[in-house]
Amino acid sequence: MSEKLFVKGNEAVAMAAIEAGVRCYFGYPITPQSDIPEYLSRELPKNGGTFIQAESEIGAINMVLGASAAGVRAMTSSSGPGISLKQEGISYMAGSELPGVIVDIMRQGPGLGGIDASQADYWQATRGGGHGGYRIIVLAPASVQEMYDLTMLAFDLSDLYRIPAMVLADSVIGQMKESIVANPRPQVELPAKEWAVRGRKAGEPQNVVKSLKLGDGEMEAFHWAMLDRYKVLAENENRWEELLTDDAELIVTAFGSTARISRTAVAMAREAGMKVGLLRPITLFPFPARAYLSLSQRCKRFLDIELSTGQMIDDVRLSVARDADVAFYGRPPGAGSLPTPEEIFEQIRKVYP
Amino acid sequence: MNQVFSRPESLKDVQTHFCPGCQHGTIHRLVAEAMDEFGIRDRTIGIASVGCSVFLYSYFDIDVVEAPHGRAPAVATGAKRARPDKIVFTYQGDGDLAAIGTSEIIHAANRGEAITVIFVNNTTYGMTGGQMAPTTMPGQKTSTSPYGRDIKNDGAPFKMAELLSNLDGVAFSARVAVNSPKNVLQARKMIKTAFQYQVEGKGFSFIEALSTCPTNWGMNPLQANQRLADEMIPYFPLNVFKNSENL
Ligand SMILES: Cc1ncc(C[n+]2csc(CCOP(=O)(O)OP(=O)(O)O)c2C)c(N)n1
Ligand code: SF4
Repeated sequence: MSEKLFVKGNEAVAMAAIEAGVRCYFGYPITPQSDIPEYLSRELPKNGGTFIQAESEIGAINMVLGASAAGVRAMTSSSGPGISLKQEGISYMAGSELPGVIVDIMRQGPGLGGIDASQADYWQATRGGGHGGYRIIVLAPASVQEMYDLTMLAFDLSDLYRIPAMVLADSVIGQMKESIVANPRPQVELPAKEWAVRGRKAGEPQNVVKSLKLGDGEMEAFHWAMLDRYKVLAENENRWEELLTDDAELIVTAFGSTARISRTAVAMAREAGMKVGLLRPITLFPFPARAYLSLSQRCKRFLDIELSTGQMIDDVRLSVARDADVAFYGRPPGAGSLPTPEEIFEQIRKVYP
Repeated sequence: MNQVFSRPESLKDVQTHFCPGCQHGTIHRLVAEAMDEFGIRDRTIGIASVGCSVFLYSYFDIDVVEAPHGRAPAVATGAKRARPDKIVFTYQGDGDLAAIGTSEIIHAANRGEAITVIFVNNTTYGMTGGQMAPTTMPGQKTSTSPYGRDIKNDGAPFKMAELLSNLDGVAFSARVAVNSPKNVLQARKMIKTAFQYQVEGKGFSFIEALSTCPTNWGMNPLQANQRLADEMIPYFPLNVFKNSENL
């Protein structure tokens, strides 16, 4: 089982989905994520699943909605423009408490933008993205191994909490090749999907999957219940990685591809004798606020690195202790704007106390 | 004494919210009768659309998924592909199916999804207050075509049953009306045939049911029924446009 495979990030997502028991994949081509539908169009039917190239991303997410309502594991994947089109469906899924996995391999925008890496859809992902005020689970892999592992986790968390889950990566992580271990699906105890539509048998309750809530107080009660669920999620499912934070005088923080580059910069800083650590959130929603708060009790200086003009920084600032100072270095996404380790090292030098 | 008329088992014993003279209720009943006839209620999944028929689950005693506006054929695709042994049908208005949801219906039909689509054409957006629909007739006044639908500006009404019958993926397509006893009987037969296609695994079936919206037409039920006969049927002919297996 510990045999190493050398695969692309996007392929790892597709392999993990099959291992996680996905029955239905619905998608529409868009770079830089097309390896996912390509892989699944080839492999999913062999594994007894269904692959449909939908007429659009709108069609695809609504097929996910239908399949998920029928009680099976279903997923879609896309990037920028396609993720925007899916937002209506994601909002309906959130309102209907439906699980489902959405993979977003971010590309630069706004508009058609381009296919280079970006982290500028952090807000869209973590703030719900569609209308109505809701959150979805957001996981941010920083390696091909994590593309694999977090895709399986996304299915489990989504089923467990009945909240759509997104795997949020970018073209760097999606397109690069690394060796991974194709871990078996984790054994997780999941509740039976008793709410799923299956054809109402005599004596069984009628199952209705819907988001329309017109009763007096019905919608308010839904929002309060979801808020409670988000709190449980934050309590139990926060995930993050710390590197050399114990004695750190400065903590660099970043997710996904920029966290990888930051890791090299942190090593350079250590070599230069600076006590610098790294805090990498793995769950973006729930955001690991707890880790920031506890580290900032001692270390008062943070440096947030993003491939955008600053989005995650909102969450970092909301999470650290009041007297901690958060500096920012980011570049808007686009061809040639991915920061180098040297560039981040330079920023570390500037803000190091 | 023989009981000759009763509520179909697939319908709940409740009052509907439909306006007086609205024919959504009659069409609901015919769909429920077809379900009873084939004994498929316990394996049927209904896909509700956004419009006056959104409360499908309040009237049909079956499991229901509510789709976003226009997306019912995609939601039905997902449900049917996930559970091929189930009977899956959508119930959609003309704004839902022929405007915002054109892409979803055309592609589900073209893929030959093994589902049944009940399309209710009342030439207007009922739920939102009588705006122009893709099926609004030439010259018809609505709240967003106050001077009457102008084909030069708005295009001509869609004839969905004819249009879809041209796709290879469509096994059955028919237009019906429920404005007279004779037409109700014919509609009942056609709706049953549409479900028979699915029950026998013979592909995508489509029913366009002409319907009234007295409220938004500014008419009483009798006038509305008359308009349907005098204006709609000549423009939207009742016919079977495709019956690939001659069921
Ligand atoms: C994305 C979106 N746009 C608009 C609406 C508002 N809306 C609700 S029902 C409806 C039209 C319904 O008309 P139709 O499909 O003809 O059904 P009817 O009510 O006549 O039965 C519209 C536009 C919506 N719910 N969602
Ligand atoms: S508004 Fe029109 S379509 Fe809606 S219930 Fe009333 S009559 Fe029927």
